[in-house]
Amino acid sequence: MANIINVVYFLILFPFIMAIIIGLLKKASPLRSAVIIIGGFTIMAAAIYVAVNVLLSGKIHIVYLENIELYNHIVVALEVFLMVLVCFLSIKYKKFYAIIFSLVGTIPVLWMDLTGRAVEYSNHLRIDTFTAVMYLIVGVVGILICIYASGYMKDYHHHHTDVQDRSNYFLALMFVFLGAMFGLISSDNLGFIYFFWEITSVCSFLMIGYTRTQEAVDNSFRALWMNLLGGCGFAAGLMYCNMNLEIANLSDLTGIAATSKFVIVPVTLFAFAALTKSAQFPFSKWLLGAMVAPTPSSALLHSATMVKIGVYMLIRVSPLLYNTLTGIMITVIGGFTFFAASLLAITVSDGKKVLAYSTISNLGLITACAGTGTTEGVWAAVMLVLFHAVSKSLLFQTVGDIENCMHSRDIEDMHGLIIKLPRLAFIMMIGICGMFMAPFGMLVSKWAALKAFVDSGSVWLVIFLVFGSGSTLFYWAKWLGKICTVIHQSFELEDITPRSEMVSIFPLTSMIVIMCFAFPWMSSHMIQPILDEAFNTNIPDVIGGSDVIIMMIMVAMIFMIPIGSRILAIGKNSKMTMSYVAGVNAGDDRHYIDSFGKERALYMSNWYMDEIFGEKKLLLPCIIVSAVLVAVMLIIVVGGAF
Amino acid sequence: MTVSIIIKALLYVLLAPFVGGLLSGIDRVFSARMQGRQGPPVFQPFYDVFKLMNKQTTVVNGIQVLFVTAYLIFTIFTGALFFAGGDMLLVFFALSMSEVMMVLAAFSTNGPYSIMGAQRELLQMMCYEPMTLLVAIGFYYANGSFMVNDLIHASVPAIVQIPGFFIGFVFILIIKLRKSPFDLSTSHHMHQEMVKGLTTDLSGGNLARVEIAEWYDTVLMMGIVGMFFITNNPISILWAVIACSVVFFLETLIDNLFPRVKYITMLKVTWAVILVFAGTNLLILNVLK
Repeated sequence: MANIINVVYFLILFPFIMAIIIGLLKKASPLRSAVIIIGGFTIMAAAIYVAVNVLLSGKIHIVYLENIELYNHIVVALEVFLMVLVCFLSIKYKKFYAIIFSLVGTIPVLWMDLTGRAVEYSNHLRIDTFTAVMYLIVGVVGILICIYASGYMKDYHHHHTDVQDRSNYFLALMFVFLGAMFGLISSDNLGFIYFFWEITSVCSFLMIGYTRTQEAVDNSFRALWMNLLGGCGFAAGLMYCNMNLEIANLSDLTGIAATSKFVIVPVTLFAFAALTKSAQFPFSKWLLGAMVAPTPSSALLHSATMVKIGVYMLIRVSPLLYNTLTGIMITVIGGFTFFAASLLAITVSDGKKVLAYSTISNLGLITACAGTGTTEGVWAAVMLVLFHAVSKSLLFQTVGDIENCMHSRDIEDMHGLIIKLPRLAFIMMIGICGMFMAPFGMLVSKWAALKAFVDSGSVWLVIFLVFGSGSTLFYWAKWLGKICTVIHQSFELEDITPRSEMVSIFPLTSMIVIMCFAFPWMSSHMIQPILDEAFNTNIPDVIGGSDVIIMMIMVAMIFMIPIGSRILAIGKNSKMTMSYVAGVNAGDDRHYIDSFGKERALYMSNWYMDEIFGEKKLLLPCIIVSAVLVAVMLIIVVGGAF
Repeated sequence: MTVSIIIKALLYVLLAPFVGGLLSGIDRVFSARMQGRQGPPVFQPFYDVFKLMNKQTTVVNGIQVLFVTAYLIFTIFTGALFFAGGDMLLVFFALSMSEVMMVLAAFSTNGPYSIMGAQRELLQMMCYEPMTLLVAIGFYYANGSFMVNDLIHASVPAIVQIPGFFIGFVFILIIKLRKSPFDLSTSHHMHQEMVKGLTTDLSGGNLARVEIAEWYDTVLMMGIVGMFFITNNPISILWAVIACSVVFFLETLIDNLFPRVKYITMLKVTWAVILVFAGTNLLILNVLK
């Protein structure tokens, strides 16, 4: 017992120590890489140790910190530090609005803490199954991204000589981020959660602004104000809990649901904060802007950390959302985001931007699932969180590597990637399949989500989901097609992906494949206990026995067909020819000879349908519609309580 | 139980190509008569496929064959899953996966006509995907299960409760069976701008495989049409067969009546039809539940 708690302390504090050490190692050196790899794997091992222990024993560890005064002082001091930091940078870059959000979010909470109005004598940490599952995501996926980053940043500065090399600062921030994540998911005390919440906001702001270009600065401040706005909502919820409901704990909040009807007020405020963190419409623009930063930060923000905090909070409060106006509004916003973002993803050709829209879209689905407040909804939501974290971090890392090799991350430039960079292309294909195709993970979860929506009678969600899956299929499949194109007389490029990045990419790729087989086990050992803790009930398998067998057969077939055809030499004795171009193919698939005997260039672009779903046309209306929805929710629920 | 499942699946695998090929032949005879022509014999599709199989296969690249084979295998798998009584949602997920394989086969050739056909095929999938998923959901609302095995034991035919879904499904069958006005990705008719779209760079055995896969697919689609009428009463099978014949005739008629439309029209029209018919039906069911 005490043993595990000590490891938890280690998990929260050690990343910060790592950050300091890395911060001191200014130059990219084997030493720094070694520190990151050794430290990273230590954290990963610790996280897995705690998670496995909790999952196997099924015990909930609750900790009451004895000398809380000291910790409170540290938290207050650091909150003031964050506020001063934000104010200083806002003044430096003349973005004064950020100061307002920072002050509004911090000072009332400080006032509450310092005047002793906060509720004391309740538990501070709580390690349950959901925490364990999140440990696995942060500990495994998050750490792999950090290891990837140590190699990536070296190449990055090799190509971007105009950017000042502050990679030690960047890598240190990544570890601070992970530390804050571990803190957040371990905490039960709302004040602590809020403190870690603010660290992640400021951290992501600093990471996005890494290159210090005008665009980076603008985007980072956009991320900052949106997240600080969410932080204000969180702070309001926190104060309401402490001062009106006399609750200081998340678990108490979910526990007293039946006794107080005002409990929905803080829940709505937390849900609002979650919407900003998870980049739901109308707050999606910060995540789209976040891609100006080097790729590891995108991978970290999109997969294991930042956006997952929002849905983490939503899943935590999910039982309270069942059949409430807040719940309905959250599901509608989530469903709408899922659909709208998937349409927008069709229209962009920048690889990272497609991934960003896909994140927003999938997070929308998770939000919608959590908003239903049903057991099936939460089942699907947790599954989606798991699968999304793995697939998305892999995709970001691969896009980053492709960019380092080809100096472009545009999907159009990935034409014929299977010939140019076969290894990366193959990994990317698995990543993309993992995002949308049967029988891979995301589709399994989507399937469960569909069942959850049908059972809870959310017709609008069903409609959003089915139309959204149509457009999701379109944007992934055309990307997949672009990679698979085989161009004659095209040659392999030099794959300069360093080994340290492969240390991260290979495990993630194999995890996608393994998770296809492991999901029934994951369901019974990871997700059912979560439902047990949240709803005190279990559900029958969302995806039943015979379906599981059939999906196993499908997974096996996917891998058997390429192998089988290699053995049977299908198509090996066929005559080779050039593709038909309605003229004479000049031999390289990129030129043809027209009827005048001239050689003309030929290029096949993907469809983007910009004039129909383009960002210019669709983005603003989406933001307005969802902003109205959020406003209605806040006004009715929060306003109605006073 | 397991034995009967295997027998059903096997029957589908063995018989579906004959039924599908025959349907394709009947379709051609119908079309010819509608256009005032004599038309080919009913067994023409079989002759065509045999001829294709005996021809030398030329390929553009190695992985093309791989994808076409995968397309055939997964299409058969999907149909077998349905006729063996599997989960409707899984059937449709597997179906879109097999379609993606075909699209990838076309993408891999790097031929402009193939790739254009592939893009159009993807768009077509985007158009009908919502409806296929909704059909599964409609059956679930009507009879409380996603499993085909449970659905065939209904006491009342599903069409009574989900007529809107039926209309929507018949509508997207136009796309699925590659009928004009929505046959953008293959363009079966003469003087088209797309040569043969998706299958432009396929020949010989590969093309034969695609043809056979489409026969399987047709039978599967007709099976789903029949599902709307099946009950625990054996007579209902007759109704289902009649319904399938009517729907199939209707699709051929539509094929001959309407000229091909632009892709954007297709997207708007199909999504509108799905939303209006299936969406409204779903809302009503939900209120009544």
